[in-house]
Amino acid sequence: MSDGLWFIFGDREIPAESGQSIGAALIAAGYRSWRTTRHGGAPRGIFCGIGVCFDCLVTVNGRSSQRACLTEAAHGDRVEPQEGAGRADLAC
Amino acid sequence: MPTSPAEPGGAAWDIAVLGAGPAGLAAAAAAARAGARTALVDSAPRVGGQYWRHREGDRGAGHHHWPVLRGLRDAVRGLDRLDYLAGHAVWHEERTPGGFTVHATDAQETEGQRSREIRCRTLIIATGAYDRQLPFPGWTLPGVYTAGGAQALLKGHGVTVGRRAVVAGTGPFLLPVAVALAGAGVAVAGVFEAGSPAGFRRHPAAIAGNPGKLIEGAGYLAALLRHRIPYRTRTTVVAAHGTDRVTAVTVARLDADWRVLPGTGQRLDCDAVAVGYGFTPQVEIPLQLGCATRLDGDGSLVAAADEDQRGSVPGVYLAGEVCGVGGAALALAEGELAGLHAAQASIGARPDRAPAARLRRRRSGLRAFAAAMHDAHPVRPGWTGWLTGDTQVCRCEEVSLDEVRRSVTDLGARDARTIKLLARPGMGLCQGRVCGYATACLAADLRGHAGLPSADDLRGLSARPIAQPVTLGQLAGD
Repeated sequence: MSDGLWFIFGDREIPAESGQSIGAALIAAGYRSWRTTRHGGAPRGIFCGIGVCFDCLVTVNGRSSQRACLTEAAHGDRVEPQEGAGRADLAC
Repeated sequence: MPTSPAEPGGAAWDIAVLGAGPAGLAAAAAAARAGARTALVDSAPRVGGQYWRHREGDRGAGHHHWPVLRGLRDAVRGLDRLDYLAGHAVWHEERTPGGFTVHATDAQETEGQRSREIRCRTLIIATGAYDRQLPFPGWTLPGVYTAGGAQALLKGHGVTVGRRAVVAGTGPFLLPVAVALAGAGVAVAGVFEAGSPAGFRRHPAAIAGNPGKLIEGAGYLAALLRHRIPYRTRTTVVAAHGTDRVTAVTVARLDADWRVLPGTGQRLDCDAVAVGYGFTPQVEIPLQLGCATRLDGDGSLVAAADEDQRGSVPGVYLAGEVCGVGGAALALAEGELAGLHAAQASIGARPDRAPAARLRRRRSGLRAFAAAMHDAHPVRPGWTGWLTGDTQVCRCEEVSLDEVRRSVTDLGARDARTIKLLARPGMGLCQGRVCGYATACLAADLRGHAGLPSADDLRGLSARPIAQPVTLGQLAGD
């Protein structure tokens, strides 16, 4: 059940409950991965779920490398998947 | 609140407690009741740590010792001398004249996040532990979770990790994870315990002294039966399969040293795996302060604590998993003792003899039980045989077993720290938290020490000058 809170991931609105992490809401919505690794381009999502492993990084409202498992979803957040080092803005 | 370095007047608090799990909560409540001005510092938005991870409005269904949490939570809210600093991730601490300065980022200020200094005379470190992992082919596939991660998603966020899950690893923690998943409607295809918990019977005194633990374990086994979940010992997940997410695992029988018994591999379809091989204590803060560490019975590096829960550095006390993995009941006893003794050291409050003696007796019984657990659930060296050359040991830097081996055979590394410098396992974002234990095992293995890591190997992979990610602006003091 959703408290009417949602955030935007790609072109989808993802429902979330109050206090739920972005990562948990993504898993509930059927996603398993939202990051690719720097070297192999391999898909990653949540592994440890408690902020230890840094596998679940996302960009939230323009801030890169946020841990999806720890970051509580806020209404209207814009969440983007993260590729490589998460600094596409620095690439030329 | 007087936390800025610009404000005058020495230490703002007599005692700072780092971590608000069972040990930290018990320590903070005991210290504040003894009269010490106490700060309870924790990175999460709510108290409870990993053990009592819960949601707002949670009534404690599926939690153990919930009334204890309620009591401690009420103490945190009600005690005048106790300030609870939620959402504060500690990244560094230093000894300063008259005590310590703890540097923490305020996790709640997302915009323009700045670092905060918390000054105290005495420090109680209760930073807990996280799941210990062993790599295996396919363990980096999405859908493979740590056992604690699967549990955290459920207890903390009300989300199940999949429809059909496999639980594997070693240790008693696998049981509550499987039971919780099944209770939430997940089809659990099996609990695969790599060890042979029968070894437990070698410790009749430790078991007899802790009947509650035995009843708890029996309750989980009964729940497995009720949910018709198979429980297999000397068996584990040796590979996960899938392309962009896990779709199946191979489980296989193991010999006493955890080598796969040929021909016993069996493929099981699943969309989630929860895996854990015991716990790794979070010792970076004691290491930053120069506290002595030692190898514990479960092969973990832990901070050394004396009878009064005192570390080797003056003014530092330790409680809970950081000084030896032993579960919540032990953490509560150690926390309360640490709080009482830290209050004595900090403000001269003398603990009442009778309650302190009772706490020591309880601690001693629970430690005996923990030692029996460690003895019954050792990680055996044969796990390295589950890996193929291209299996990633380090998830962050994507370092394969072959690359780790080459750092030894071609480049002459002899210890874990040199392997890290040459092949980069443990150099990524998690700073070796996930692969540190496995890399230390491999270092010992490649030296011919049958995969049993030394304290030095573990120390070389556990030291982190900065315990949490911070921005350059925060480091520069902006």
